[in-house]
Amino acid sequence: MQQPGRAAEIKAIGIGKSFGSFRALDDLTLDIGRGEFLTLLGPSGSGKTTFLMILAGFIQPTDGRLYSDGVDITERPAEQRAAGMVFQGYALFPHMSVEANIAFPLKVRKRSSDEIKRRVGEMIERVGLKGHEKKLPSQLSGGQQQRVALARALVFEPGVLLLDEPFSALDKGLRGQMQAEMKRLHQETGTTFVFVTHDQSEALALSSRVAIFNHGKLLQVGAPDEVYDRPANRFVAEFLGEINMLPLKGVRNADNGATGLCEDRTISLRGNASAVGSNAILAIRPEYMSIAPEAAAGENGIAATAVASTYLGAATRLDLTTRQGAKVTVSVPNEVAASALSKGNSVWLTWPAEKGFLLPDGGQ
Amino acid sequence: MKAYFSDRMGAALLMAPLLLFLGAAYAWPFFGVVNWSFTLPEPGLGQYGTLLSDPLVQSVFVRTLRIAAIVTIVSVAAAYAITVVWVRGTPAQRVVAEFCILVPFWISVLTRAFGWVALLSNRGLFNTWLQAIGFISEPLTLVRNEFGVIVGMTHFLIPFAVFPLASSMRGLDDRVLLAARGLGSSRMRTFWSVFVPMTRSGIIGSALIVFVFSLGFFVTPAILGGGRSVMIAELIYLRIFQSPDWGLGAAISVVLVLFVGALMALLFRYVRPKQLI
Ligand SMILES: Nc1ncnc2c1ncn2[C@@H]1O[C@H](COP(=O)(O)OP(=O)(O)O)[C@@H](O)[C@H]1O
Ligand SMILES: [Mg+2]
Repeated sequence: MQQPGRAAEIKAIGIGKSFGSFRALDDLTLDIGRGEFLTLLGPSGSGKTTFLMILAGFIQPTDGRLYSDGVDITERPAEQRAAGMVFQGYALFPHMSVEANIAFPLKVRKRSSDEIKRRVGEMIERVGLKGHEKKLPSQLSGGQQQRVALARALVFEPGVLLLDEPFSALDKGLRGQMQAEMKRLHQETGTTFVFVTHDQSEALALSSRVAIFNHGKLLQVGAPDEVYDRPANRFVAEFLGEINMLPLKGVRNADNGATGLCEDRTISLRGNASAVGSNAILAIRPEYMSIAPEAAAGENGIAATAVASTYLGAATRLDLTTRQGAKVTVSVPNEVAASALSKGNSVWLTWPAEKGFLLPDGGQ
Repeated sequence: MKAYFSDRMGAALLMAPLLLFLGAAYAWPFFGVVNWSFTLPEPGLGQYGTLLSDPLVQSVFVRTLRIAAIVTIVSVAAAYAITVVWVRGTPAQRVVAEFCILVPFWISVLTRAFGWVALLSNRGLFNTWLQAIGFISEPLTLVRNEFGVIVGMTHFLIPFAVFPLASSMRGLDDRVLLAARGLGSSRMRTFWSVFVPMTRSGIIGSALIVFVFSLGFFVTPAILGGGRSVMIAELIYLRIFQSPDWGLGAAISVVLVLFVGALMALLFRYVRPKQLI
């Protein structure tokens, strides 16, 4: 976070934060790589903002240490860390023009007026605010305010850019556009981005890695496909998207993973049986399941009856019930759904072995 | 629509006695004063002519504006400091600030003016102390002059300056201040280039209130000025009660009311009435 123009590498070790007796963050250890785009994902109240504020230096952690490029910055005040920050609600200076807002961090650093003029001009160009230089924030739309906030946070070339739910106030179309722009800014600047959101699709679309939070704990960190396809626990599995869960008995290790009994059928799947015990959960994302008239002997499959369908346009969401009463949802082509429903009797749900994974039984 | 209309009617009916009272107690006598200013001692614009040419009247106007301006600057600056502590201090600091702001309201204006006389007169506390420690040999003239008037008025008006400032500071988004610091701005710089400009409406409201109050001040200047530092309100009093020159007194009153009215109009362009309390 010190040399301008150079992406920072951040190490958080055992970070904890208590507000009175309330534990907002607990024993958080996380490495943020140089120039990566890390997303902090979690439900509201899970401690994402608190962690971002600790990174920025606005909040002192109660426990743990924070390092930037190997230097301990735990006690360093915010104005000396100079991380770029985009706040929820933007927090622009209401009395300053767009230009003055963006120039502020450079003026504070006593840069020459030539340099300030040049860099502010470049930044305004880059975020597409040309023609709005003299306006006050109150005269801008939400999307434009967002751009000013981004420009102001990036103009001094911080080692890390922290963004707290920057798009939560924008409508869907604009959100997509801003996401694309942010990705471009990340590539152009090469700065380390730490981005907070509670929207899982946003997290999966944007990041190089996703860190999932719940109740002040960091549950899992990994690339989007890694956390989506191999969630460490039930919370992560459910938070990242719809998932079907079926009880599995007699779980044991087999070649290339595990095997177990689901409604009297032998199922092979990924995972380590010794980590979950003999009774566990078989988890499969709806889009990996298909409907078939039969399942071959060695194939993963269970029998179910279609009970309802929801037309989604490109596909249909089909709700089914297995013989033992478990509910399953799949997403299938429209005509498949229609024929499955019209039969009224049993169909087979099948899926490739590598798409099913083991989760421990119970709450976790 | 109907309900809305009858609500409005109901409100108007409830307000009517108050409006009647205000009409009877202020507007009616004021028109009497306007009438005097054009008719005493003889009909015409003679008193307004005197007002424009009489050096005494003009010197009092100039002094009043000068005192009001100084009192406004000092009061708003002091109130700003107190309000920052009151609104943004630690809980203990807040209690102390609140005490300083509220206690003056419990003490009458007369008591406070005489209190200052006791402190500032030639044999008052300040002069005695300063002489005792050998800082001065002759007593300083601290009352019966403009200095005394300014001290007394500032002391009286600071609490009134606090409320518009407090309301603008309370409405301020903390994240904007955090943003400034996160962008590398020191606390000092954040205060001057972000916090103060963002409380601008409070500063304007506070300054106008103090200024308007100062223009019509009577008791404090009369006591602490000791007749040597006469302000407009005292001049009007003298014209009407001591030298029966009702016409001139009335004309000065009319000019003062119009001037204050214009300032109030300006005030309400900048701040909503709700922010003043
Ligand atoms: N200053 C504070 N005082 C007390 N509790 C706080 C404070 N800041 C945050 N919290 C609590 O800490 C928890 C995490 O908050 P936060 O980090 O804002 O969550 P998120 O950003 O993930 O929604 C919440 O339960 C919140 O109420
Ligand atoms: Mg938050």
